[in-house]
Formats: sequence, C-alpha cells, structure tokens
Amino acid sequence: MENLEQVVKEHAFFRGLDPRFVALLGDCAADVRFDAGAFLFREGDPANHFYLVREGRVALEMASPHAGPHRIQTLGAGEIVGLSWFVAPYRWAYDARALEPTRAVALDALCLRGKLDEDPALGYAVLQRFVPVLIERLQATRLQMIDVYANPGAKKGARR
Amino acid sequence: MIPAEAMVPTVTRVTSARRETADTWTLELEPPGGRKAAYRPGQFNMLYAFGVGEVPISISGTARRGGGLLHTVRAAGPVSGAITGLKRGAALGVRGPYGTGWPLDEAAGGDVVLVAGGLGLAPLRPALRALLAGRERYGRVALLYGARRPEEILFRRELEDWRRRLDVEVEVTVDHAGADWHGEVGVVTALVRRAGFDAARTTAMICGPEVMMRFTVAALRQAGVDDARMHLSMERNMKCALGHCGHCQFGADFVCKEGPVLRYDRIRERLAAREI
Repeated sequence: MENLEQVVKEHAFFRGLDPRFVALLGDCAADVRFDAGAFLFREGDPANHFYLVREGRVALEMASPHAGPHRIQTLGAGEIVGLSWFVAPYRWAYDARALEPTRAVALDALCLRGKLDEDPALGYAVLQRFVPVLIERLQATRLQMIDVYANPGAKKGARR
Repeated sequence: MIPAEAMVPTVTRVTSARRETADTWTLELEPPGGRKAAYRPGQFNMLYAFGVGEVPISISGTARRGGGLLHTVRAAGPVSGAITGLKRGAALGVRGPYGTGWPLDEAAGGDVVLVAGGLGLAPLRPALRALLAGRERYGRVALLYGARRPEEILFRRELEDWRRRLDVEVEVTVDHAGADWHGEVGVVTALVRRAGFDAARTTAMICGPEVMMRFTVAALRQAGVDDARMHLSMERNMKCALGHCGHCQFGADFVCKEGPVLRYDRIRERLAAREI
C-alpha cells in the first residue's frame, strides 16, 4: 500500500515541510482518482476537502445559464485545487472538473482544520504555503480582469 | 543632423496578405531589390499607408518562399486599419529595419525561455526560428505563450509544428475560454513555474503588453533568473525611428534606437513608473 505521508511530503505544495507536520497531515489524507469529466466538487457544495494534484489536469469553471461554463483556470500536477475549505462558511465558489484521468491526494478539511486549531505552528506552516497561492491567483485574476491582450483600437481614443 | 533621405520610405508591394485572427493580418512584402532582406529578429520597420500615416511594426519573420519580410499587424486604429486592408499587389512605404534585436548570440550555451503575450508572439517568432535553426548552440528552449482567447492565438499552425518537435517546449494558455477549449486556461506567468529550465543559465526574452511583461519578470525572478539575463521588447510612440524626434523617449533611452529590445536591469527602475 502506498504511503500517503510520503506522497504529501514529496508534493510540490508541501515540499520542505517539517516531518512532524507531514505526519499530522498524513492522518487526514486519502488517495483519490477521477475519470475525465468527473467533478471533484461543485459550486455551493460543502468544502470538505482540498486536493494535491499528482497527475492529470483539472479545470475550475463557473456555470452560466446562457453561455455555458466559463473556464477560469486549469491546474495540473504539483498544484492544489480548493481554497474555500479554509474559510467559513466552507462552501465551494466554483466547479472543479477533471479534464483527463486525474489522481490526487484529498485532505479532509474537518480533520485538517481540527489539527490547525490544535497546533498553531502547523497552522502557520500551512498558511505560509497557502498565502502565496492565494496571492498568485489574485494577481492572475487581476491580469485576466484588465484584459491585457484586448485590442486597444476597441477603446476610445486609439490613434494608430 | 539626419539626412532627409533617411525619412523617405521605399515604395514596396504586398506580395501576400494572410488573415491570422479577426483583427490581425500578416503581410508579406516584396524583398527590396529582389534580395533576401537583412534584419535581426526583434527589429521593426516603419510602415507607411499612403495618405493615412506611418506606424512601427515588428518584423515577424521571413517568408519561407521568396524571402519577403513578414509583418503581423493588428487593426487598432486608422493607420494599422489601412495597412491590414491592403491586398496583394498594393503599395506601401517601408523604412527600416530599426532598433536592437534579441540577444541570440549572448544566449548561446545556456537555456532560453521566450515569453510572449498576445501580439507579442510576432517579434519573438523570428527569434524562435533562429534558435531552432541553430539548435545545437543552446540548452533547453521553451516558448511560453499567453493569448486572450483560443480564437486569438497567433500562428496556430506553426505553434503546432513547434510543439511536435522534441527539442523545444511549447506551452500555450489563454486568459478566457469556454468548456470547448481543451488547452490551458490561466495567465502566461503561471507557465513560468511549469517550464523546464535551469534558471542560473537561462536567458529570457519577453514581449507583450507592459503589464504582462512586469508580471512575467516577477515570475522569472522568483524562479531565479538574473535581471541581467532578461530582455524585454518595449513599445513607445515611435515616429522618426532614428532617435531624433524624441517621441519614444523612455527615461534615458529612445526606444526606437536603444530598443525596442532592452535589458531588464537597464530599465528596471523605470518600468513601473506611470509618469514615463
């Protein structure tokens, strides 16, 4: 049987984490697989897990009744899926769907939040890994929002 | 003093016009004097639509047959709109080539990462072609390309050809897409982390909107690429293209003359200054 603690330790997101903390996280981990097209989770559902992607690709999507789902981001091996498990009311804000057969480590959110509450040092170590991802995604969203590649000619005042 | 003839364009014929996307065309211009035109990847020409005006346009390659110069132009205003409307056989004025090119010799012996955003792929295409033509001179070569939407991806066929090669990594992402797009979605800076290169011996060549370039530099710096090994293609209001009129002044540099390709450590302090 595969040692999930080792998998967590070697995943890019947790690389370098104190072995004591890795052992604690290993208690909350499960190996999961998704077929292409399967949802990891859907908007509005309870955010009960977050995922360390090991293989495959996952799309984050927001459903829209007339235009079909908007694909916001794709994620792959070495990246994480799911941030809402950390913030009340612990509900997913978008859909996550496997684009190809995907393998991940699912970390149980309830188990994890309990351990973070009990051990602030573990909480801080996890936050140190989460905050850069949050900032990176916030910056990416800003870049997407300002639509940097739009034709300036479509804007008023274009001269050339 | 600049001789007046330096400002006189050469009348040149369009030998083909190919639509790339809804608003972007690649024009092939007849080679001057029937000879293969000499230029350095990264340089630009001033293209003059008679009776309308003149704009700087990067050279996006050499035609595989005939040796004519390629210019990829987006209809963004009256002049570029007039140029993209030109058909085969039409005449336009050409001055150039001008400016600095990509540091292809300087990059030899190490890894090379090209990061392009939107139309920024056009000036990087001849650089990648040159890198692949002299492939043995370089370590790993990667092209990271971000476009707005799947239908706005430039040079799609050539990207697919490059991607089939085993000696170059090509990653493409789009900012916005529906579920019918099967490629990557996200900003081009996210590709930097996924690309395979040895940061300590990597030269980066970056072209795209300035905001995109600033964030790309941040991602490359985080990956460990040295400031002195990052090169950006800048765009300012080029008019004379001879470093004379001052319209394209960017701090201590004229972008038309000292640029458009400038080393990041030279322009680092100016890049985010909104007053420049």
